[in-house]
Amino acid sequence: MTDVSAADSGGLVRFVSRRTRLLGMPALFVACILATALIHPDFGSFDVQSLALGALPLAMAAAAQTIVVISGGIDLSVGSLIAVSNVLAASLMQHASFGASLGIAVLILILGAAQGAINGLTVAISRIPDVVVTLTTGFIWGGVALLILERPGGGAPAAFLNIAAGADVSAWLPNALIVMIVVIAAIWLPIKLSRIGLLLYASGSDPVAAFRSGVDIRVARTLAYTFGGIACAAGGLALTMTTGIGAPLAGTYYTLSSVAAAVIGGVSLAGGRGGMVGPVIAALLLTLIPMDLVFLGIDPNYGQVIQGTLIVVVVMIGGFVTFMQERK
Amino acid sequence: MSAVLQFLKARTIVALILLLALFLIGIELVRPGTVTPLWASNALLFAAPLAIMGAGQTLVMLTGGIDLSVASVATGAAYLLATNASSGDFSAIALALALGLVVGAVNGVGVALLRVQPLIMTLGTGLMTGGAMIVYSQQMLASQPHVPAIIQTLGAGKIFSLVPVDLFLWIAVGALMLYGLNRTGFGRLIFAVGDNREACHLAGIRVWRVLFVDYLLCALFAAIAGLVLVGGTNAADLSLADSYLLPSVACVIIGGTSIFGGRGGYSGTIVGALILTALTSLLTLLDVAEPLKQILYGAIILSLAAAYARLTE
Amino acid sequence: MAAEQDSILDIRGVAKRFDSVVALRSADLKVRAGEVHALMGANGAGKSTLVKIITGVFPADSGDILIGGERKVFRSPAEARQAGIVSVYQDPAIVPDLTVAQNMRLARVGLDAVRTAMRSLGVERVDLSRAAREIDFATLRLIDLSRALASNPRILLLDEITAALPIDLAERVFAVVRDWRKRGASIIFISHRMAEVAALCDRATVLRDGVTVGVTATQGAEEKIVNMMLGTEVAKAAVSGAARAKQTASAAAPALEVRDLACGHGLRGVSFAVRPGEVLGVAALEGQGQEELFDCIAGVRRPDAGEIAADGKPLRFRHPADAVRAGLVLVPANRLQALLPQRPIRENVALPIFGRLKNWGPIAMKDERRRVEEAVRRLQIDTRASSELKRLSGGNQQKVAIARWLAAGFRVLLCFDPTRGIDVGTKRQIYSLLREVAQQGASVLLFTSELPEIRLACDRAIVLFGGRISGEMPADDADEARLLRAAHGLIAADAEATA
Repeated sequence: MTDVSAADSGGLVRFVSRRTRLLGMPALFVACILATALIHPDFGSFDVQSLALGALPLAMAAAAQTIVVISGGIDLSVGSLIAVSNVLAASLMQHASFGASLGIAVLILILGAAQGAINGLTVAISRIPDVVVTLTTGFIWGGVALLILERPGGGAPAAFLNIAAGADVSAWLPNALIVMIVVIAAIWLPIKLSRIGLLLYASGSDPVAAFRSGVDIRVARTLAYTFGGIACAAGGLALTMTTGIGAPLAGTYYTLSSVAAAVIGGVSLAGGRGGMVGPVIAALLLTLIPMDLVFLGIDPNYGQVIQGTLIVVVVMIGGFVTFMQERK
Repeated sequence: MSAVLQFLKARTIVALILLLALFLIGIELVRPGTVTPLWASNALLFAAPLAIMGAGQTLVMLTGGIDLSVASVATGAAYLLATNASSGDFSAIALALALGLVVGAVNGVGVALLRVQPLIMTLGTGLMTGGAMIVYSQQMLASQPHVPAIIQTLGAGKIFSLVPVDLFLWIAVGALMLYGLNRTGFGRLIFAVGDNREACHLAGIRVWRVLFVDYLLCALFAAIAGLVLVGGTNAADLSLADSYLLPSVACVIIGGTSIFGGRGGYSGTIVGALILTALTSLLTLLDVAEPLKQILYGAIILSLAAAYARLTE
Repeated sequence: MAAEQDSILDIRGVAKRFDSVVALRSADLKVRAGEVHALMGANGAGKSTLVKIITGVFPADSGDILIGGERKVFRSPAEARQAGIVSVYQDPAIVPDLTVAQNMRLARVGLDAVRTAMRSLGVERVDLSRAAREIDFATLRLIDLSRALASNPRILLLDEITAALPIDLAERVFAVVRDWRKRGASIIFISHRMAEVAALCDRATVLRDGVTVGVTATQGAEEKIVNMMLGTEVAKAAVSGAARAKQTASAAAPALEVRDLACGHGLRGVSFAVRPGEVLGVAALEGQGQEELFDCIAGVRRPDAGEIAADGKPLRFRHPADAVRAGLVLVPANRLQALLPQRPIRENVALPIFGRLKNWGPIAMKDERRRVEEAVRRLQIDTRASSELKRLSGGNQQKVAIARWLAAGFRVLLCFDPTRGIDVGTKRQIYSLLREVAQQGASVLLFTSELPEIRLACDRAIVLFGGRISGEMPADDADEARLLRAAHGLIAADAEATA
C-alpha cells in the first residue's frame, strides 16, 4: 500500500516540477513585466523596444553558454569571443555598404565558428579541464580583440544598425525581439532537431553511457563549442548593432552574465539538462532588472549585485532541495 | 631521454625549477644583463601578491574546487581599505579582511553545506562583491581615498632597497601553507576531501567543515593579496585585481596541483607564481604590443598546462 | 582442430592492468557460432573487464582478439557494434536525460526493431517517450538488451543480465537467448547463478584471478565449474577448529545489538546481537537487505524503524562520524568508497583520526608513524608502492581499508564483503586478522558473498532473506548447503510449514 501512495506522490511531484520548469521562467518574466508596469505606469512600447534591444547581445551569449553547458562543458571565453566579433564587425563595416556589411556578418559568423572550434578542440585534446582552457583562451581572444581595435571605435552602415532598431510589425513587437528569436532559432533548431542535439545532451548527461552507445565524446564537445562560437559571433554582431561601435573590452560583462542566464534559465551545470527558452527569457530578465532600478530611482549599479545574488540564490535553492531530498 | 622524463615525472618540482631557469636564461638572452639582484628583488615584489592569492586558490583547488571570486575580493578589500583609511589604519585593515571573511563564508555555505558547484557559486559571489563595490564607490565619491603608509610599505617597500617587505609576508604565508598542508590534521583533510569525498564521509569526517574553512581561508588570502597590491600601486580602483584571476588559477595549475583535487601542494604554486612573473617580465622585455603580450601569455600558459597534463598522465 | 576453426570469436592471452591492479593476466576464450557460452568466475576474476575489451570500451595491454579468424581491435563500442558484436553491460549504457526513443536514435538503432525485441522480452508497454531516468533499473536493462538485439548481433555479450530481474522476466530473457542461438548468433552469458548456466549454456569458460583456468561443457558440470572458480586454495585456507575461540555464553552486554531494524524496501525488521570477542557472519544472496543493514549500523543511512545499541546504550546516528565515535566502523564493499587513491598509505591509514576537530592542528608525527607502522605490520601490507594508494594491488588496498581502523581503534568492525576480488593468500591473512581482533575482545560483523568463508572466519552466522533473518546457526553447522537453503528462504519456509 505504502508503495503505491509513494509512487503517486512521486508522480505528482514530478508533474508539478516538470510544469514549473516549463512555465516557471515565462511566469516569472510576466510577473516582472507586470511589476515594472506598476512601478512605472508609463511603461510602454518604447520601453519594450529598448528592453529587447538591450537584451539582444546577452540573449546570444546565453544561447552560446547554454549549448556548451548542455554538452557538459563551460565556456568562460564567451565575453572575449563576443568582443572579437564586435570589434571585427565595427572595423570592417565602418565604410562598407549595407550589402557588404551583410557579407561581413556572414564572414564573422564563420570566424566565430572557427574560434569556438579552437576552444573545443583544445578542451577535447589537451586533457586540461574546460574551466582552465576557456579561462585562458578567453584571455587570448581578449588579446586578439585588442589587437584588432585598441580602443573603442569603428562603426557600421546605418542600414545595418537599423536592422534591430524600431518596430516594423507592431509597436509591441520590436524588431530586436524578432531578430533575437530568429537568430537563436536558426542556431538552436538545427541542433535540437538533428542528431547533433542528441550527441550534446547525451555527452552532457552521462558521457560513459553515451560513449558505450557509440558517441565520440570529443566530437560532441568540439561541436558544442563550435556552435557556441557561432552564437557568440552573433552576439558580437548584435552588440555592434546596439552600440554602433566596436569596443574591445565591452565583451567581458557577457561571460559571467551568460552563465547567470543559463543557470537561472534552468540549465544544469552538470550537463544534459535544460533548454533554450529559459536562458533567453533569463537574459531578458537580467536586462529588465537594471531598467526597473532606474524606474525606481535606485542606482542601476545594483544590477550586478542583484545578478550575482540571483545566481547564488537560484543555485543555493537547488542545492537545498537536493540536500533535503537526500536527508529523507 | 625517457630516464630523464621518468625522473621529472617523479619530481615535478625539479621540472618546474628547470622551467623557471629556462625563463631566466631566456630573459638574459633577450637582453643580457637584465637578471640582477635588483631585478630579482622587483620580481619577488610583484610575485608576492600573486603567490598569496595563489595560496588560497591552491587550498580550494586541492579539494577539487575553484574560486573565481578572488579577484573581486582582492579589489574590494583594497578599495575598502583606501576609502576607510581616515578612520584609522587598524580598523581599515580589519574592515578589508572582514570583507574576505564574509565572502568566504558565503562561498563556504554554498559549496560546503548546499553543495553548489564551486565554479558557479564563486562566480555569483564575485559578481555580488564587484557590484557592491561599484555601488559603494558611487556613494563614496566625496571622500578622498588614500592608502595607509603601513600598507604602502608592505606593498612597495624594500629593506636596504633590495629585500621587498612583502617577501616577509609571503614567507610567512608560505611557511604556514607548507606546514599546514603537510603537518596538520586540517591539511591532511584538504587532500583527503579532494581525493575522495565519499571515503572521507564514510571514515567519519564531516566534510562540510573542511570545505567551509577552506573557502574562508581562500577569501582571506585573496583579501590580504588585495592589500599588498594596493600598497604597491598606491591607488585603489575598481579593476585593481581583475588581471589576477587567470594568473591565480594558472600558477596553481602550472605548479602541479590537480584541478580535480587531492594532488599537489603549495611549493609548486610558489614556483608557478615565479614562472608567471618571469614570463610577464620576458614579454615586457620582448617589447611586443600589449594585445600580443596577452595572447602570448595565454598561449604559453595553455601549453605549459597541457605539457604538465601529459607529464603527469 | 575442427573445433578451433569453428570459433567465431577467439581470444588469446588477453591481459589488462589498471595502474598496478591486474584485472586480466591471460584470458583465453573461444566461442563457436550458434552457442551460448557461459563466462564464469568469482567476483573480480576479470569477466567484465574481458567483456569491455572485446567490445572496445578500452584496449587490452596485450593479447589477440580474432573474429571469424581475423585479428580485430575495436576502438569504441560503436565500431564493435558495426562488426556485429554488441554487449549489454552491467550498468545500462542508457543516457538518463534522454528519452528511450532518443537513446535508440543515439545508437542508430531502428525503433521498429527495438519494439519487436521489447515485445519478445515483455516490456513493450514502456512508453518510449519517457526519460530514461524515470524508468526502473530492471526495465532499463531489458531496454538495453532490446537495443542490442535490434542491431542484429552476431555475438551478443550479456554481463549479469539476470542479476536485477524478477524470475518471470529472466525466463523471457532465456527464451530470447535460445531463439537467437537458433538463428545462429553466439551469446556470451555471464551469471553467478549456476542453475541458469546449466540450463541455458552449452559450454563454459572459467576465469580465476584474471586467468582462464578451464573450459567445459555445462551439462552436469556444476561441481566441476565451482571447483575451477574457487580453486583448491580456499579449502587449504581452512582455519582449524582449535584456532577459533570457543565462546562460552558470556553474561557481558552485547557489543552491538540490533532490534527490529528496518530501512527502505530492503531491510524489513532484523534483530540480533554480537558479543564482545565474537565474529558474526552474515550470509545472503544479492540484495536481501545486507547493504541497508550495514549502512544503518555505520550511520550512513537512517533506519526507518528499530534500534541500534552498543554496550547496552541505544544510539542514533546522524552521520557516520557518530557511529565511528561509538566505535562502530565500516569497511565498505567497494574499495573506491574507502580509500584516497592519490594519497600515500600513511595518510590513508591515519585518516579517521582527523574526524575530530581537536585533531585538526599539528600532527604528532612520531606517534602517527608508530600507529601506522603497527597497523601496516599487523596486516602485512606490502609498502613498496606506498606513495600512491592506487598503485597497490587490490588485496593490499583492502588491507589498508582495514588497517585504518586498527590504527584509529574500534569496538565493532563492520566488514562488508572484504575479500571480494582479492587473492587467496590475502584472504587468509584477512580471516586470521579478524580472528585475532576478536580474540583481543573486539567484535566483528562480517558479510561475505563467498559462503565457505563463514565457516573459516566466523563463530556464528545469520542468514538474511527478503530483509529478514531466515536462519541462524553456529559456524560449525554453516556449511554451504545449509547457508544456501536459508539464503533462499527455505529454512524459514520449513519452519513455518511445521509450525
